[in-house]
Amino acid sequence: MTARKSLVISLYFALAFAIFPLFTFAQEHEQEHKSLQEAEEEFNATEMIMHHIGDAHEWHFFGEGDSSVTLPLPVILFTDGGLVTFMSSEFHHDTEGHNVVEKGGMRFVNLHEDIYKLDAGAGAVEFDAEHHPLNASKPWDFSITKNVAAMFLTVILMLLFFTSLARHHKKNNHAPKGFNNALETLVLFVRDDIAIPQIGEKKYMKFMPFLLSIFFFIWITNLMGLLPGAANVTGNIAVTVSLGLFTMFIMIFNGNKDFYKHTFWMPGIPTWVKPILAVVEGLGLLIKPAALMIRLFANITAGHIIILSLIGLIFILENAGIAGVSVPFALFITVLELLVAFLQAFIFTILSALFIGMAVEEHEHH
Amino acid sequence: MELLYVGLAALGAGLAVLGAGVGVGKIGGSAMDAIARQPEASGKIQTAMIIAAALVEGVALFGVVASLLGVLR
Repeated sequence: MTARKSLVISLYFALAFAIFPLFTFAQEHEQEHKSLQEAEEEFNATEMIMHHIGDAHEWHFFGEGDSSVTLPLPVILFTDGGLVTFMSSEFHHDTEGHNVVEKGGMRFVNLHEDIYKLDAGAGAVEFDAEHHPLNASKPWDFSITKNVAAMFLTVILMLLFFTSLARHHKKNNHAPKGFNNALETLVLFVRDDIAIPQIGEKKYMKFMPFLLSIFFFIWITNLMGLLPGAANVTGNIAVTVSLGLFTMFIMIFNGNKDFYKHTFWMPGIPTWVKPILAVVEGLGLLIKPAALMIRLFANITAGHIIILSLIGLIFILENAGIAGVSVPFALFITVLELLVAFLQAFIFTILSALFIGMAVEEHEHH
Repeated sequence: MELLYVGLAALGAGLAVLGAGVGVGKIGGSAMDAIARQPEASGKIQTAMIIAAALVEGVALFGVVASLLGVLR
């Protein structure tokens, strides 16, 4: 099949796919529609979007209430009474703080995915004006939430891919075949286009493990977040903060004397400017990794919100004909998100390499 | 009043998008001029363009994050 022929066939499919929902107008089922409306609640788009991009204590695939398909995940809490663990199925899909779970004499509720320990005699969590809980406390929540489980999945995938590639290289001397070949191309891409140009031939090897891990972790989690029912890992600010902190610590601990001298006491400028510049450069040391973190978080979250809003538009307008416009748009944005997934991983890695390169660079002295 | 805050936040996001559009447009324009002058260097120019575009988009998304904070509070 030639490229042109397959393009024509794809266009036919796309057209059919887009036009088909428009024909749902022609059906007469208004009576049915009205009674359904009264039975269900008002569709809240913000709530739907927040539910999809936020973290959760159980992995919800589809369905509502008791008939939903969810994967319960372990809840692990450090309270002053000790370590408490239970499966999140004991909350029975409740996130409004109604169902109380009793463990070891302590009572827990799940209010919007925050787990509170109720004080003795309290029925529900009450908040004061500054949204501090009055009759409950928050234990340290180390649960395996949806995001943590998705991160474990990514780590397992990465281990599988790379140990298989390493085993191939242990046994053979020639280039690998198939998937391993593609993986090796990407590893070489990180080495030749990211590490060596930014860090230099002499020192890049020390930082290759970090750069490779960051690149593939971010790329794989971004891609997995695009699947339906998946967890939005890099769209969680806590995850990106940790990644930014890694870069920051590596940059700080590997900075050589020249780097710190140039940052805090830059030579070649009048002395009265130096303290001002020291403050600015010092802040820059912290702000550059922070920018990395916000860039990744905002890009991924914004992409997910756009896709969810476009599909949610069908439910807000309560009209299946809108799907003819929404779904192709959402398809286009999803394809763009595939590019963004790779691009954000690449940008994070190349900027980390740049910062590390600046930190370990040898300066010639005049 | 609530609606006013949400409306202002949305307006802020729109301004950020305006900045991103202008910025990325300029980058794309200079990249095209450069490729027209020297077609052999188009690979390097394309890479540099993509990196610069991602950085500019990052800045625009700071603006979007700020308005999200406004809306969700």
